[in-house]
Amino acid sequence: MPNRQRNQPKKILVIIPAYNEESSIKLVIADIRRVMPTADIVVINDGSQDRTSEYAKATGRAWVVDLPVNVGIGSTVQTGFIFARRQDYAFAVQFDGDGQHKAAEIRTLLTALRRENADVVIGSRFCEDRIGFKSSFTRRIGIKIFELINWLFIRTRITDNTSGFRAYNRKAIRFLAEHYPHDFPEPEAVILLGRNGFRLREVYTEMCERQGGRSSISGLKSIYYMIKVLLAIMINMIRPKITRS
Amino acid sequence: MNLDVNINIIQYIAIAGSVLFILFIIELIRKKALHEAYAILWLVFALVFLSLSIWRKGLEIVSGLIGISYPPAALFLTLMIAMFLILIQFSIVISKLSENNKKISQELGLLKMEMEQLRKKQTRKRK
Repeated sequence: MPNRQRNQPKKILVIIPAYNEESSIKLVIADIRRVMPTADIVVINDGSQDRTSEYAKATGRAWVVDLPVNVGIGSTVQTGFIFARRQDYAFAVQFDGDGQHKAAEIRTLLTALRRENADVVIGSRFCEDRIGFKSSFTRRIGIKIFELINWLFIRTRITDNTSGFRAYNRKAIRFLAEHYPHDFPEPEAVILLGRNGFRLREVYTEMCERQGGRSSISGLKSIYYMIKVLLAIMINMIRPKITRS
Repeated sequence: MNLDVNINIIQYIAIAGSVLFILFIIELIRKKALHEAYAILWLVFALVFLSLSIWRKGLEIVSGLIGISYPPAALFLTLMIAMFLILIQFSIVISKLSENNKKISQELGLLKMEMEQLRKKQTRKRK
Protein backbone atom coordinates (compact mmCIF):
# COMPACT_ATOMS: atom_id res chain seq x y z
CA MET A 1 0.00 0.00 0.00
CA PRO A 2 1.14 3.56 -0.56
CA ASN A 3 3.46 4.87 2.08
CA ARG A 4 2.37 8.22 3.21
CA GLN A 5 3.99 9.99 6.12
CA ARG A 6 1.52 11.22 8.69
CA ASN A 7 2.63 14.85 8.56
CA GLN A 8 2.85 15.02 4.80
CA PRO A 9 -0.11 16.73 3.18
CA LYS A 10 -2.25 14.57 0.96
CA LYS A 11 -1.94 16.00 -2.48
CA ILE A 12 -2.67 14.13 -5.64
CA LEU A 13 -4.82 11.06 -6.13
CA VAL A 14 -4.88 9.12 -9.38
CA ILE A 15 -8.21 7.33 -9.81
CA ILE A 16 -8.13 4.29 -12.08
CA PRO A 17 -11.51 2.78 -12.90
CA ALA A 18 -10.93 -0.79 -13.98
CA TYR A 19 -13.15 -3.51 -15.35
CA ASN A 20 -11.39 -6.68 -16.51
CA GLU A 21 -8.05 -5.01 -17.12
CA GLU A 22 -5.73 -7.76 -15.88
CA SER A 23 -3.53 -7.48 -18.95
CA SER A 24 -2.74 -3.80 -18.48
CA ILE A 25 -3.34 -2.81 -14.87
CA LYS A 26 0.15 -3.63 -13.56
CA LEU A 27 1.83 -1.65 -16.28
CA VAL A 28 -0.50 1.29 -15.81
CA ILE A 29 0.21 1.44 -12.08
CA ALA A 30 3.96 1.09 -12.62
CA ASP A 31 3.93 3.87 -15.23
CA ILE A 32 2.08 6.27 -12.99
CA ARG A 33 4.34 5.40 -10.09
CA ARG A 34 7.41 6.14 -12.19
CA VAL A 35 6.34 9.60 -13.34
CA MET A 36 4.35 10.59 -10.26
CA PRO A 37 6.20 9.05 -7.33
CA THR A 38 4.46 11.19 -4.71
CA ALA A 39 0.93 10.74 -5.96
CA ASP A 40 -1.38 8.16 -4.45
CA ILE A 41 -3.18 5.71 -6.67
CA VAL A 42 -6.58 4.16 -6.13
CA VAL A 43 -7.88 1.43 -8.39
CA ILE A 44 -11.63 1.09 -8.37
CA ASN A 45 -12.37 -2.42 -9.54
CA ASP A 46 -15.89 -2.57 -10.91
CA GLY A 47 -16.62 -6.19 -10.13
CA SER A 48 -14.12 -7.62 -12.64
CA GLN A 49 -14.33 -11.33 -13.35
CA ASP A 50 -10.62 -11.59 -14.06
CA ARG A 51 -7.62 -11.00 -11.80
CA THR A 52 -7.55 -7.21 -12.05
CA SER A 53 -7.90 -6.75 -8.30
CA GLU A 54 -5.28 -9.36 -7.44
CA TYR A 55 -2.74 -7.90 -9.87
CA ALA A 56 -3.36 -4.36 -8.70
CA LYS A 57 -2.93 -5.36 -5.06
CA ALA A 58 0.21 -7.31 -5.88
CA THR A 59 1.95 -4.13 -7.02
CA GLY A 60 1.73 -2.87 -3.44
CA ARG A 61 1.57 0.60 -4.91
CA ALA A 62 -2.12 1.29 -5.03
CA TRP A 63 -5.21 1.26 -2.89
CA VAL A 64 -7.68 -1.17 -4.37
CA VAL A 65 -11.41 -0.78 -3.87
CA ASP A 66 -13.35 -3.85 -4.97
CA LEU A 67 -16.96 -3.00 -5.71
CA PRO A 68 -19.12 -6.00 -4.80
CA VAL A 69 -21.19 -5.81 -7.99
CA ASN A 70 -20.70 -4.28 -11.42
CA VAL A 71 -22.07 -0.75 -11.09
CA GLY A 72 -20.92 0.79 -14.38
CA ILE A 73 -18.18 3.26 -15.22
CA GLY A 74 -19.92 6.36 -13.84
CA SER A 75 -20.51 4.99 -10.38
CA THR A 76 -17.04 3.43 -10.42
CA VAL A 77 -15.32 6.74 -11.06
CA GLN A 78 -17.59 8.39 -8.52
CA THR A 79 -16.35 5.95 -5.88
CA GLY A 80 -12.91 7.43 -6.55
CA PHE A 81 -14.26 10.94 -5.98
CA ILE A 82 -15.90 9.88 -2.73
CA PHE A 83 -12.58 8.42 -1.60
CA ALA A 84 -10.72 11.57 -2.66
CA ARG A 85 -13.17 13.79 -0.83
CA ARG A 86 -12.99 11.80 2.38
CA GLN A 87 -9.19 11.77 2.33
CA ASP A 88 -9.24 15.43 1.35
CA TYR A 89 -7.00 15.28 -1.69
CA ALA A 90 -6.24 18.61 -3.36
CA PHE A 91 -6.23 17.14 -6.85
CA ALA A 92 -7.58 14.05 -8.51
CA VAL A 93 -6.69 12.61 -11.88
CA GLN A 94 -8.94 10.15 -13.64
CA PHE A 95 -6.89 7.69 -15.65
CA ASP A 96 -8.14 4.69 -17.63
CA GLY A 97 -6.95 1.25 -16.59
CA ASP A 98 -6.50 -0.02 -20.13
CA GLY A 99 -3.31 1.81 -20.99
CA GLN A 100 -4.90 4.30 -23.41
CA HIS A 101 -3.40 7.29 -21.68
CA LYS A 102 0.19 8.23 -21.10
CA ALA A 103 1.18 8.52 -17.49
CA ALA A 104 3.71 11.22 -18.35
CA GLU A 105 0.85 13.46 -19.42
CA ILE A 106 -0.70 13.52 -15.96
CA ARG A 107 1.69 16.38 -15.28
CA THR A 108 0.46 18.17 -18.39
CA LEU A 109 -3.08 18.06 -17.04
CA LEU A 110 -2.14 19.14 -13.54
CA THR A 111 0.00 21.98 -14.83
CA ALA A 112 -2.87 23.16 -17.01
CA LEU A 113 -5.21 23.00 -14.03
CA ARG A 114 -3.06 25.49 -12.17
CA ARG A 115 -1.99 27.59 -15.13
CA GLU A 116 -5.50 28.05 -16.50
CA ASN A 117 -6.97 28.41 -13.04
CA ALA A 118 -9.46 25.73 -14.06
CA ASP A 119 -11.55 23.34 -11.97
CA VAL A 120 -11.38 20.54 -14.49
CA VAL A 121 -8.92 19.84 -17.28
CA ILE A 122 -9.71 17.28 -19.95
CA GLY A 123 -7.04 15.49 -21.93
CA SER A 124 -8.09 15.73 -25.56
CA ARG A 125 -7.01 13.83 -28.65
CA PHE A 126 -8.46 16.41 -30.97
CA CYS A 127 -7.71 19.92 -29.83
CA GLU A 128 -4.48 19.97 -31.82
CA ASP A 129 -3.70 18.36 -35.14
CA ARG A 130 -1.18 15.85 -34.10
CA ILE A 131 -0.46 12.19 -34.25
CA GLY A 132 -1.87 9.52 -32.01
CA PHE A 133 -4.84 7.22 -32.01
CA LYS A 134 -7.98 9.06 -33.07
CA SER A 135 -10.65 6.35 -32.97
CA SER A 136 -12.92 5.25 -35.82
CA PHE A 137 -14.78 7.52 -38.24
CA THR A 138 -18.27 6.92 -36.84
CA ARG A 139 -17.06 7.45 -33.34
CA ARG A 140 -15.46 10.71 -34.35
CA ILE A 141 -18.80 11.89 -35.74
CA GLY A 142 -20.41 11.17 -32.38
CA ILE A 143 -17.67 13.06 -30.59
CA LYS A 144 -18.15 15.99 -32.98
CA ILE A 145 -21.86 16.11 -32.14
CA PHE A 146 -21.05 16.29 -28.44
CA GLU A 147 -18.60 19.09 -29.11
CA LEU A 148 -21.28 21.10 -30.90
CA ILE A 149 -23.93 20.50 -28.26
CA ASN A 150 -21.67 21.33 -25.38
CA TRP A 151 -20.51 24.45 -27.14
CA LEU A 152 -24.14 25.48 -27.67
CA PHE A 153 -25.14 24.85 -24.10
CA ILE A 154 -22.21 25.84 -21.97
CA ARG A 155 -20.21 27.96 -24.41
CA THR A 156 -17.01 26.08 -23.76
CA ARG A 157 -15.34 24.32 -26.62
CA ILE A 158 -14.55 20.79 -25.52
CA THR A 159 -13.35 18.77 -28.48
CA ASP A 160 -13.06 15.43 -26.75
CA ASN A 161 -16.11 14.97 -24.56
CA THR A 162 -15.68 11.24 -24.28
CA SER A 163 -12.15 11.40 -22.95
CA GLY A 164 -11.72 9.68 -19.61
CA PHE A 165 -8.41 11.39 -18.91
CA ARG A 166 -9.23 14.30 -16.62
CA ALA A 167 -7.83 16.28 -13.74
CA TYR A 168 -9.94 17.87 -11.03
CA ASN A 169 -9.36 20.31 -8.21
CA ARG A 170 -10.83 19.98 -4.73
CA LYS A 171 -13.93 21.97 -5.58
CA ALA A 172 -14.75 19.67 -8.50
CA ILE A 173 -13.98 16.53 -6.45
CA ARG A 174 -16.44 17.60 -3.75
CA PHE A 175 -19.13 18.30 -6.31
CA LEU A 176 -18.67 15.09 -8.28
CA ALA A 177 -18.60 12.92 -5.17
CA GLU A 178 -22.24 13.98 -4.80
CA HIS A 179 -23.31 14.28 -8.42
CA TYR A 180 -21.94 12.08 -11.14
CA PRO A 181 -23.81 10.48 -14.03
CA HIS A 182 -24.34 6.70 -13.99
CA ASP A 183 -23.47 5.17 -17.31
CA PHE A 184 -21.60 6.76 -20.21
CA PRO A 185 -20.83 9.66 -17.88
CA GLU A 186 -18.13 11.64 -19.69
CA PRO A 187 -20.06 13.96 -22.02
CA GLU A 188 -22.82 14.44 -19.48
CA ALA A 189 -20.32 15.31 -16.76
CA VAL A 190 -18.98 18.13 -18.96
CA ILE A 191 -22.46 19.67 -19.22
CA LEU A 192 -23.15 19.11 -15.56
CA LEU A 193 -19.92 20.83 -14.55
CA GLY A 194 -20.24 23.62 -17.09
CA ARG A 195 -23.79 24.36 -16.11
CA ASN A 196 -22.92 24.53 -12.45
CA GLY A 197 -20.26 27.14 -12.96
CA PHE A 198 -17.09 25.06 -13.06
CA ARG A 199 -14.25 26.21 -15.25
CA LEU A 200 -13.38 23.56 -17.82
CA ARG A 201 -10.30 23.54 -19.99
CA GLU A 202 -8.78 21.15 -22.47
CA VAL A 203 -5.19 20.24 -23.23
CA TYR A 204 -3.81 18.07 -25.95
CA THR A 205 -2.84 14.57 -24.90
CA GLU A 206 -1.82 11.71 -27.05
CA MET A 207 -3.93 8.60 -26.96
CA CYS A 208 -2.71 5.10 -27.64
CA GLU A 209 -4.82 2.21 -28.75
CA ARG A 210 -5.88 0.20 -25.76
CA GLN A 211 -3.29 -2.33 -24.60
CA GLY A 212 -5.84 -4.81 -23.40
CA GLY A 213 -9.51 -5.32 -22.71
CA ARG A 214 -12.31 -4.21 -25.00
CA SER A 215 -14.17 -0.99 -25.55
CA SER A 216 -17.40 -0.94 -23.64
CA ILE A 217 -19.25 0.58 -26.57
CA SER A 218 -19.73 -0.91 -30.04
CA GLY A 219 -22.36 -1.67 -32.67
CA LEU A 220 -25.98 -1.14 -31.68
CA LYS A 221 -24.83 -0.08 -28.27
CA SER A 222 -23.26 3.04 -29.74
CA ILE A 223 -26.66 4.18 -31.02
CA TYR A 224 -28.13 3.62 -27.60
CA TYR A 225 -25.12 5.47 -26.19
CA MET A 226 -25.73 8.54 -28.35
CA ILE A 227 -29.45 8.67 -27.58
CA LYS A 228 -28.98 8.11 -23.88
CA VAL A 229 -26.25 10.71 -23.53
CA LEU A 230 -28.11 13.29 -25.62
CA LEU A 231 -31.24 12.77 -23.54
CA ALA A 232 -29.23 13.11 -20.35
CA ILE A 233 -27.65 16.33 -21.64
CA MET A 234 -31.04 17.83 -22.55
CA ILE A 235 -32.46 16.92 -19.16
CA ASN A 236 -29.45 18.47 -17.49
CA MET A 237 -30.23 21.72 -19.24
CA ILE A 238 -33.78 21.90 -17.93
CA ARG A 239 -32.79 20.89 -14.42
CA PRO A 240 -32.26 23.69 -11.92
CA LYS A 241 -28.65 24.46 -11.09
CA ILE A 242 -27.36 22.61 -8.09
CA THR A 243 -26.72 24.90 -5.18
CA ARG A 244 -23.49 24.25 -3.39
CA SER A 245 -22.82 24.93 0.22
CA MET B 1 -84.19 -11.51 -24.07
CA ASN B 2 -81.32 -13.84 -24.75
CA LEU B 3 -78.99 -10.88 -25.04
CA ASP B 4 -79.97 -9.64 -21.60
CA VAL B 5 -79.14 -12.96 -19.96
CA ASN B 6 -75.70 -12.98 -21.57
CA ILE B 7 -74.93 -9.53 -20.32
CA ASN B 8 -76.00 -10.55 -16.86
CA ILE B 9 -73.65 -13.50 -16.86
CA ILE B 10 -70.85 -11.24 -18.02
CA GLN B 11 -71.71 -8.85 -15.23
CA TYR B 12 -71.51 -11.60 -12.61
CA ILE B 13 -68.19 -12.72 -14.00
CA ALA B 14 -66.90 -9.15 -13.93
CA ILE B 15 -68.00 -8.63 -10.34
CA ALA B 16 -66.59 -11.96 -9.23
CA GLY B 17 -63.33 -11.28 -11.08
CA SER B 18 -62.92 -7.85 -9.53
CA VAL B 19 -63.68 -9.15 -6.04
CA LEU B 20 -61.26 -12.05 -6.43
CA PHE B 21 -58.61 -9.67 -7.66
CA ILE B 22 -59.09 -7.35 -4.68
CA LEU B 23 -58.91 -10.32 -2.32
CA PHE B 24 -55.76 -11.53 -4.05
CA ILE B 25 -54.08 -8.12 -3.61
CA ILE B 26 -55.14 -7.96 0.03
CA GLU B 27 -53.79 -11.44 0.60
CA LEU B 28 -50.46 -10.43 -0.92
CA ILE B 29 -50.27 -7.45 1.42
CA ARG B 30 -51.22 -9.63 4.37
CA LYS B 31 -48.43 -12.06 3.56
CA LYS B 32 -46.05 -9.10 3.20
CA ALA B 33 -45.32 -10.14 -0.36
CA LEU B 34 -46.47 -6.71 -1.49
CA HIS B 35 -45.81 -3.39 0.26
CA GLU B 36 -48.88 -1.27 0.89
CA ALA B 37 -47.28 1.60 -0.96
CA TYR B 38 -47.08 -0.37 -4.18
CA ALA B 39 -50.50 -2.00 -3.73
CA ILE B 40 -52.44 1.26 -3.66
CA LEU B 41 -52.53 1.73 -7.43
CA TRP B 42 -53.63 -1.87 -7.94
CA LEU B 43 -56.40 -1.53 -5.39
CA VAL B 44 -57.61 1.80 -6.74
CA PHE B 45 -58.05 0.38 -10.23
CA ALA B 46 -59.55 -2.86 -8.95
CA LEU B 47 -62.17 -0.78 -7.15
CA VAL B 48 -62.82 1.23 -10.29
CA PHE B 49 -63.45 -1.99 -12.19
CA LEU B 50 -65.62 -3.38 -9.43
CA SER B 51 -67.81 -0.28 -9.40
CA LEU B 52 -68.08 -0.33 -13.19
CA SER B 53 -69.18 -3.98 -13.10
CA ILE B 54 -71.85 -3.31 -10.48
CA TRP B 55 -73.07 -0.02 -11.85
CA ARG B 56 -73.28 -0.82 -15.55
CA LYS B 57 -75.03 2.41 -16.46
CA GLY B 58 -71.94 4.18 -15.15
CA LEU B 59 -69.80 3.07 -18.02
CA GLU B 60 -72.35 4.41 -20.52
CA ILE B 61 -72.62 7.73 -18.67
CA VAL B 62 -68.85 8.16 -18.52
CA SER B 63 -68.48 7.22 -22.19
CA GLY B 64 -71.16 9.71 -23.11
CA LEU B 65 -69.48 12.44 -21.10
CA ILE B 66 -66.12 12.09 -22.84
CA GLY B 67 -67.61 11.32 -26.26
CA ILE B 68 -66.83 7.65 -26.65
CA SER B 69 -69.61 6.10 -28.75
CA TYR B 70 -68.79 2.49 -27.90
CA PRO B 71 -68.85 2.11 -24.06
CA PRO B 72 -66.59 -0.96 -23.82
CA ALA B 73 -63.85 1.16 -25.43
CA ALA B 74 -63.98 3.32 -22.31
CA LEU B 75 -63.31 0.18 -20.32
CA PHE B 76 -60.21 -0.57 -22.41
CA LEU B 77 -59.08 3.01 -22.02
CA THR B 78 -59.39 2.75 -18.24
CA LEU B 79 -57.45 -0.49 -18.31
CA MET B 80 -54.70 1.06 -20.40
CA ILE B 81 -54.39 4.09 -18.15
CA ALA B 82 -54.16 1.76 -15.18
CA MET B 83 -51.37 -0.25 -16.82
CA PHE B 84 -49.47 2.87 -17.81
CA LEU B 85 -49.57 4.34 -14.35
CA ILE B 86 -48.56 1.12 -12.68
CA LEU B 87 -45.68 0.56 -15.11
CA ILE B 88 -44.42 4.10 -14.64
CA GLN B 89 -44.52 3.51 -10.92
CA PHE B 90 -42.39 0.40 -11.52
CA SER B 91 -39.82 2.39 -13.48
CA ILE B 92 -39.60 4.95 -10.70
CA VAL B 93 -39.15 2.27 -8.09
CA ILE B 94 -36.51 0.49 -10.18
CA SER B 95 -34.58 3.74 -10.65
CA LYS B 96 -34.64 4.37 -6.95
CA LEU B 97 -33.53 0.83 -6.20
CA SER B 98 -30.60 1.07 -8.59
CA GLU B 99 -29.58 4.39 -7.06
CA ASN B 100 -29.62 2.83 -3.60
CA ASN B 101 -27.83 -0.21 -4.93
CA LYS B 102 -25.08 1.99 -6.33
CA LYS B 103 -24.58 3.85 -3.06
CA ILE B 104 -24.48 0.63 -1.06
CA SER B 105 -21.94 -0.91 -3.44
CA GLN B 106 -19.70 2.16 -3.27
CA GLU B 107 -19.79 2.24 0.52
CA LEU B 108 -19.23 -1.48 0.78
CA GLY B 109 -16.20 -1.32 -1.52
CA LEU B 110 -14.66 1.55 0.43
CA LEU B 111 -15.41 -0.08 3.78
CA LYS B 112 -13.90 -3.41 2.75
CA MET B 113 -10.70 -1.64 1.78
CA GLU B 114 -10.58 0.33 5.01
CA MET B 115 -11.11 -2.84 7.00
CA GLU B 116 -8.31 -4.63 5.18
CA GLN B 117 -6.01 -1.72 5.99
CA LEU B 118 -6.97 -1.82 9.64
CA ARG B 119 -6.48 -5.55 9.83
CA LYS B 120 -3.03 -5.26 8.28
CA LYS B 121 -2.08 -2.52 10.70
CA GLN B 122 -3.18 -4.67 13.62
CA THR B 123 -1.22 -7.73 12.57
CA ARG B 124 1.82 -5.51 12.11
CA LYS B 125 1.39 -4.15 15.62
CA ARG B 126 1.10 -7.62 17.12
CA LYS B 127 4.41 -8.57 15.59
